[in-house]
Amino acid sequence: MSDKTANFVIFSALVALGLVAPFLFPAYMAQMTELWLFIVLALTWDLLGGKMGYNSFGNVVFLGIGVYATAVIQVALLYDVGAYNAARGGGTEFVFSAGDYLRGLALGLSASAILAALAAIVIGIFVLGMRGQYFAICTLGLGIAAGEIAGGWDWIGAGSGMTVPQPPADFPSGRLFYYLSLALAVITFVALTWVMSTRFGLAINAIRDDEDKAEAMGHYTTRIKVTAWAISALFLGMAGGIYGNLKRFIDPVDVAFAAPTIGVWMVLMAILGGKGTIIGPIVGAIIFQFTKEFFWTYLLGWQRVALGVLIVVIVVFFPQGIVGYIRDRRAARLIREKRA
Amino acid sequence: MTALLEVRNVTKAFGGVIANHDISLEVPKGKIIGLIGPNGSGKTTLFNSIVGYHPIDAGSIRFKSREISQMQVPDIARLGLLRTFQQTRIYGKMTCVQNMLISVSERNSSFVSLFTSQTGKGTKRADELLEFVGLYEKRHLPAGTLSFGQQKLLEFAMALMNDPEMLMLDEPTAGINPTLINGLIDRLKRANADFGITLFVIEHNMRVIMNLAEHIYCLAHGELLAEGEPDEIQNDQRVIDAYLGAH
Repeated sequence: MSDKTANFVIFSALVALGLVAPFLFPAYMAQMTELWLFIVLALTWDLLGGKMGYNSFGNVVFLGIGVYATAVIQVALLYDVGAYNAARGGGTEFVFSAGDYLRGLALGLSASAILAALAAIVIGIFVLGMRGQYFAICTLGLGIAAGEIAGGWDWIGAGSGMTVPQPPADFPSGRLFYYLSLALAVITFVALTWVMSTRFGLAINAIRDDEDKAEAMGHYTTRIKVTAWAISALFLGMAGGIYGNLKRFIDPVDVAFAAPTIGVWMVLMAILGGKGTIIGPIVGAIIFQFTKEFFWTYLLGWQRVALGVLIVVIVVFFPQGIVGYIRDRRAARLIREKRA
Repeated sequence: MTALLEVRNVTKAFGGVIANHDISLEVPKGKIIGLIGPNGSGKTTLFNSIVGYHPIDAGSIRFKSREISQMQVPDIARLGLLRTFQQTRIYGKMTCVQNMLISVSERNSSFVSLFTSQTGKGTKRADELLEFVGLYEKRHLPAGTLSFGQQKLLEFAMALMNDPEMLMLDEPTAGINPTLINGLIDRLKRANADFGITLFVIEHNMRVIMNLAEHIYCLAHGELLAEGEPDEIQNDQRVIDAYLGAH
């Protein structure tokens, strides 16, 4: 079985499990929804961080753009956004019928995808000229700057945040967001698998291995890098839209542009599972979400310490990640067999 | 016949160090031309200037009668002027075949065409060229696991895959096992004769370059010291002095 088929089999099994999971474990719906979104975050982060060798700490910007854009559009279809946020989204006058709610969500998610991708193109043109640690540090600044900007913008609620439109009473929003997240994870997986099967996939691998060489061979590397980031941002924007609705309340720094938590977690998930592979970030996201929830439940107060210890253990013993470790062992065996 | 590559009065200085001073040379189409000179004489700087790694201070560089001294690296590569590196550069974590496939020329293709199947374009050609340089057996191994000499051969095959009109090789035999050097000379000659690729070669190994090149330029201290047929160069007192350190 080739790696590609194996990936599809593993992922299909996961999706099949995912489809029935809400009926099996209804109590954990919110955590499972978050898990599918985390898979999207890890997969899209890895497109740059793993497959192209550009470690971005700024991907959270595109998530945050999606968070806000979706919420704003959901509101703006019916009400004045400024007035809505000035009233803190409360009050009985801001009511959304089921039809309005769904229409706002659909439009919001599509717009989020486009806006986030456009933002990636604009930011990428300036930032992707930098390499290595310079790029990483610069993107770290991006996430923080975006949080500060959102925190100072009254129209979207500034530092007091924004409440997401509440679904009508007895609307099955939990299940809706679960299956939306699942669908987004599937689309992201299929799309990125396809991207990696094209010459574009080879080109971003080539940039990871030797960018100067790729340029000397006639590749417009900046254009390739910006496109890759825009592809990431497309899915991140949609993930953000769902994430914001899941959290119900958008704090600019703790939810939308949460660089020290989600912004770092997405990096961690990809590294945990194995950078540069397709299945690695998925494995990483699953392990991360399980341990995170476990630590937060049973080690409350020490959860961040426990998470930190886990990171150290993984980085020391599996620097290539779990899937990377397995792949390296298999590759080493293959080389030994060839030599023998 | 006009020259394929024409370098006219090129000067390049790094701060106070003049790496190339007023250098003029030409590479006629279809020939193999050599470039020699002691360490630090400015050979690689000249290569870098030609392929657009840094702007030149004065002079002009024309490829196919077109001024290229203001052009960007990938644009020059797309004109069909390619170079290999002294420190071999290959894509280490990708397999040899993948290295070959991503080296297919982008000259006539749009950006969108990058989103087409990897295998569609030139898998057969990749196999042929890997066979040509003797790496066919290792084609599915990560390029980074090859020996230095094999990586040089792979880099050469990648350049051929790009189907260039002119190939500039920076010390192709450095670090290669002496018994393999003859095979490499033979392959370079065949690339020139069979594939019609004009070669411009920097080389320290005198036996190799005298055997290979039809015309040789010699640099010393950033200036063009001598030029001529291999025999003339070999017996030129200035060249001998430069190599023995009389300057």
